[in-house]
Amino acid sequence: MIEIIFVITAVVAIICALITVTSHHVVHALLFMVILMLAIALLFFLLGASFAAALQVIIYAGAIMVLFVFVTMMLHQGLQSIEQEQQLFNWPTAWLPLLLVTVLLVEVAVILSSAVLVPPPELNQTTILVNAATHAVNTVSSTASSAISSSTSSSSSIATTKEIGVVLFGRYYQLIILTALMLLSALISAIHISQSAKSGANKS
Amino acid sequence: MIPLNWLIIVSLVLFSIGIFGVIARRNLLFILMSLEIMLNAVALLFITGATLHPGVDGYIIYLLILALAAAEVAIGLALVITMYRRFGSLDVDLLAKMRG
Repeated sequence: MIEIIFVITAVVAIICALITVTSHHVVHALLFMVILMLAIALLFFLLGASFAAALQVIIYAGAIMVLFVFVTMMLHQGLQSIEQEQQLFNWPTAWLPLLLVTVLLVEVAVILSSAVLVPPPELNQTTILVNAATHAVNTVSSTASSAISSSTSSSSSIATTKEIGVVLFGRYYQLIILTALMLLSALISAIHISQSAKSGANKS
Repeated sequence: MIPLNWLIIVSLVLFSIGIFGVIARRNLLFILMSLEIMLNAVALLFITGATLHPGVDGYIIYLLILALAAAEVAIGLALVITMYRRFGSLDVDLLAKMRG
């Protein structure tokens, strides 16, 4: 049953990605891309990563797509931009990239089918114990470490949100700082780019 | 349990579609959207790995990809607006000449 739902969702995702890439209308492409994000969120749900699926829906299908839609609403000019887009992208000019990408994809698929893939590792008890011990050494507070060791040894590989939070703010707190710096620099550079463009347009 | 091969194939197909968009499209907005598709394919691969292994490292990389995508979209859309103000079009071939 899960396999059937997975195949349907994957086909929907691939079709939506194809339409997004080949569409001439920006708004249609954006709406199909929202469906693509929701399909990928459903794939995450099928994999058991419910927290990642919720984040995918909220941030990707919500925030990032809204940014795209705002910029499209600012820049779109109706029929004129669609005609211009039909000049910019048409199949006689796009067949060579399509051929090259298809060749690469077939090559990777052949390698993947001929390679000896390691089967999904069964969770043996020693791995879990070693992992829990590493967590327990590295987390700061003793309550958090005891919580994560108990939950890791009890549950299977599906992580809860609590474990993610404990590890994220325990072992990986430098990552939080770096991400905050990255977002702040992105904010500052976005403001700077749009402002300097405005002053440059005034000068010239 | 979904087979591992199927997930890798789906992720690779999405990534290839994204590469095709980046190469073939000439509109800057569509190139950004193709980059988003590629980031999503990589995120799908990371979540697949995270569900196969114990620990939560894959989910943390997924959170990092999410923050990266947000930052990239902010800067990229600022560049799109700048290019539209300066050239009146989003054709990236107009940027072929670098005029210091």
